[in-house]
Amino acid sequence: MNASSLVAEVRSGQRTARQVLEEHLARIASQDIELGAFNLVLTDEARSQADAVDAAIASGEPAGPLAGVPVALKDNLCTRGIPTTCSSRMLQHWRPPYDATVVQRLRAAGAVIVGKTNLDEFAMGSSTENSAFGPTRNPHDLSRVPGGSSGGSAAAVAAGFSPLALGSDTGGSIRQPAALCGVVGLKPTYGRVSRYGLVAFASSLDQIGPIAANVTDAATCFEVISGHDPRDSTSLESAAESVTAGLQHGVEGLRVGLLAELCGESVRVKQAGLQSVGLSGIAPDVISQLDQAADVLEAAGATVSVVSVPSVVLGLSAYYLIAPAEASSNLARYDGVRYGLRVDAANAAEMNIESRTAGFGAEVKRRIMLGTYALSAGYYDAYYGKALRVRTLMLREFTNAYADVDLLLCPTTPTTAFELGAKTADPLLMYLNDVCTIPSNLTGHPAVSVPFGVGDDGLPVGVQLMGPALSEPVLLRTAAVLEDAAAAAQAAL
Amino acid sequence: MSEALRELALPSGWELVVGLEVHVELSTASKLFCCCANRFGDEPNTNVCPVCLGLPGSLPVVNATAVNFAMRLGRALGCAVKGAVFARKNYFYPDMPKDYQISQYDQPTNINGSIELPDGYCVGIERAHIEEDTGKTVHIGGGGRIHDADYALIDYNRAGVPLVEIVSRPDIRSAEQARSYVRELRGVLLATAVSDARMEEGSMRVDANVSVRPAGSDELRTRCEIKNLSSLRSLGRAIVYEAQRHVSLWENDDQPRQETRHWDEAKSRTTPGRSKEDADDYRYFQDPDLVPLAPDAADVAAIDASLPRLPADRRTALVAACGAAGHVISPEDAALLVERIQDDLVAGALQAGADPAVTVTRVVNDLAVDNWSKVTAAGLASLVAMVSSNQVTSTQAKQLLEAMVESGEPPEKIAESLGFEAMTGDDLQAVVTEIIASNADTWQRYLDGDETERKKLTGFFTGQVMRATKGQADGAAVNRLLSERAKFFVARS
Repeated sequence: MNASSLVAEVRSGQRTARQVLEEHLARIASQDIELGAFNLVLTDEARSQADAVDAAIASGEPAGPLAGVPVALKDNLCTRGIPTTCSSRMLQHWRPPYDATVVQRLRAAGAVIVGKTNLDEFAMGSSTENSAFGPTRNPHDLSRVPGGSSGGSAAAVAAGFSPLALGSDTGGSIRQPAALCGVVGLKPTYGRVSRYGLVAFASSLDQIGPIAANVTDAATCFEVISGHDPRDSTSLESAAESVTAGLQHGVEGLRVGLLAELCGESVRVKQAGLQSVGLSGIAPDVISQLDQAADVLEAAGATVSVVSVPSVVLGLSAYYLIAPAEASSNLARYDGVRYGLRVDAANAAEMNIESRTAGFGAEVKRRIMLGTYALSAGYYDAYYGKALRVRTLMLREFTNAYADVDLLLCPTTPTTAFELGAKTADPLLMYLNDVCTIPSNLTGHPAVSVPFGVGDDGLPVGVQLMGPALSEPVLLRTAAVLEDAAAAAQAAL
Repeated sequence: MSEALRELALPSGWELVVGLEVHVELSTASKLFCCCANRFGDEPNTNVCPVCLGLPGSLPVVNATAVNFAMRLGRALGCAVKGAVFARKNYFYPDMPKDYQISQYDQPTNINGSIELPDGYCVGIERAHIEEDTGKTVHIGGGGRIHDADYALIDYNRAGVPLVEIVSRPDIRSAEQARSYVRELRGVLLATAVSDARMEEGSMRVDANVSVRPAGSDELRTRCEIKNLSSLRSLGRAIVYEAQRHVSLWENDDQPRQETRHWDEAKSRTTPGRSKEDADDYRYFQDPDLVPLAPDAADVAAIDASLPRLPADRRTALVAACGAAGHVISPEDAALLVERIQDDLVAGALQAGADPAVTVTRVVNDLAVDNWSKVTAAGLASLVAMVSSNQVTSTQAKQLLEAMVESGEPPEKIAESLGFEAMTGDDLQAVVTEIIASNADTWQRYLDGDETERKKLTGFFTGQVMRATKGQADGAAVNRLLSERAKFFVARS
């Protein structure tokens, strides 16, 4: 059941928030042993929260927009007094003394925090296999990964453990698992959702966003968590235009661009003679869904053209310098001195080394090393500096592209969900999963992944809509059109 | 000549080259990036929060007052105030919560200023940038030394306190000039009220970059950075020691290594710390959690309009005020009075008719206290009048001034309550008669003298009377008696 129906039922007294919660807790209890979506299920806290929502409604207080909706939180979002582990041994027992801003806003909206979901350690990964506490599995096929790093959140929503979850997206960590699990994932414009209380991976790229079973719920959740926060200096001041209000307005007259660099095998891109500009490795069954999505939008009144943004092919390289560079600095604080894992040693410097050696997994160490190197004296200009220039170039090219089209269409992921263990031995192969999602993080622009059909293996395919800064309303109403078409196609089968 | 200069026996042909890096804590109510109190001396770890402890997920928000203070200081030092960027300086140290320090690197707030010393010499200021302070480590056991300590305790109250680092150009040519520079900078800090600039409490910390070169050359030879200079005395002595060390190395066909050295006050020498080769690579990069500072022209204009008079201007004004009252104040006294911010008090007393020489002497000698805010110019003028007219002795004047500092009462009232009653009437007449009799020759010169001579000798007789009465005589009454007696003698002759 989706969040908006739940809210309606809870508000009208048809069901209590407590009843809703118990149904979800029961489902989690019976099924999460297989999936491993949750690091922690907050049974007691959630019950008292649900009871509080019911009490408020009973006493006639206004019910929030998420009244009684169970929400799962990626376990890198700080929850006061509740372990926030980042799926790392380093923070396994750490309890933050404060709530993230998004958590405060969810609670204020009447949401019931049902648990903390698994992720790739410190959000570094694309399969949730980098969790120190074991992988999460894809609800559509338990032999497959759910994607990552917000794999626990995407799997939880796909499995019906909670209608809504929050993830964080640094290079695709909301959209990629949403695509692989067949749910909706929104990476908002950088600065629209406060990062206060999100354990930082790469601060200039990180953005919190909703993962939902449908577009409407994603929009509702986004409205709840977004808005200026004085505790985040990068938080945007602009007053948000309502996203939910125009969701059913359709795409009549909208100019959609098919992003050539990520859709080389698309019929339209071939017709435009641009098939060679882009990256190889996007699976034909994914492209086939994408072409159908373009047809759907055209049929709904949009114009579809092919657009080239050449710097997209540089995105992955730039990202894997910028993100690790920031991470190397952000993760320095885990030194065993104040909180987190400490391995005692002869002196402070050795204690730092021993604690970090024991506390971090291989991928986190790899990125810290990469980032430290990229920022080092003598290498800064060649690596980090150059990556920043690529980022500037990419922002300029995308901004130019948005002069001609309102949004861009491309795949969210190169393939459907892959087998567990298939890519763990080859980090570069794993990094390629992010090739379609990274550009929006580098530009700070919003993007949404919406499920659209299935691949040859019967697993969900996600298509991605990207737009300029603050274009969430357009992205989401376009996603709603695709969602309706996909549902109609499903019903016809 | 100071001790430092006497010790500095650089062989002829050598010139000292010193640049100073001075860290000052800004006296804002709260810290640089959070709302915690910025207060010295509180119980350890009581002024801390998630932000200044660098807890995962916390984010810095810059304190506008701290930025304003830094710009005020910059303008007072004649700097250009620029758009600035916060950068992370990455290195591991247990008392640094994030294991990076938020500082400014290639785009500091203030650049290109200068300080004019009391003797008119100008020292260039390269930059004055904003950064956060670290916590404080106390080593327990092993005599408090780092290497032998059993364990360490860290107080994070100071972590995140706003600092400005003022970096001078290598323009300083003597130890005395270095001390004078620090005194002058302290004067500017106190005048602009941006810091309490207490070296002993660590709110003003000085590092000296020392090198030598053949006199007349403009080369810059290898320098050593001397730390742990906790007083002006240490600063002077350390520079002298280090300069002599460099000269003897160069003269023995050797050369100093570029390194950090520590001043050992007890052993009166510098000892080697880290060398440049194994120095940290700080991997500076722009802090993605903070937005650039962009002061507009109006901000700078508002600061300029609100800048107080600075020490150099105040010295000029004080010299002029004394000159107008017929007194040539020494540069040392002028510098001292301005340093203590007592120049306005002195000028006010002169305005009220006080004798300039007496005023300067009394304040220089008797008002070397921190808090003299209760002493008014009118009160001081009254006191000086009492001294000038020999109503009180200098010992009594000192006592009176001490009491004025305490109570702020007018000196006449204090004199009365302390029993400093002036002797008048018949008793005084008798004393005057006796003094005249025992100084007959001088009395004759008084009678024969012109007005200038009489004025001078009045002082002599008054002094004699005061001595005889142990300062109990009323100076004005003595004057009156003397002139009456003179009229009598003249009339008789």
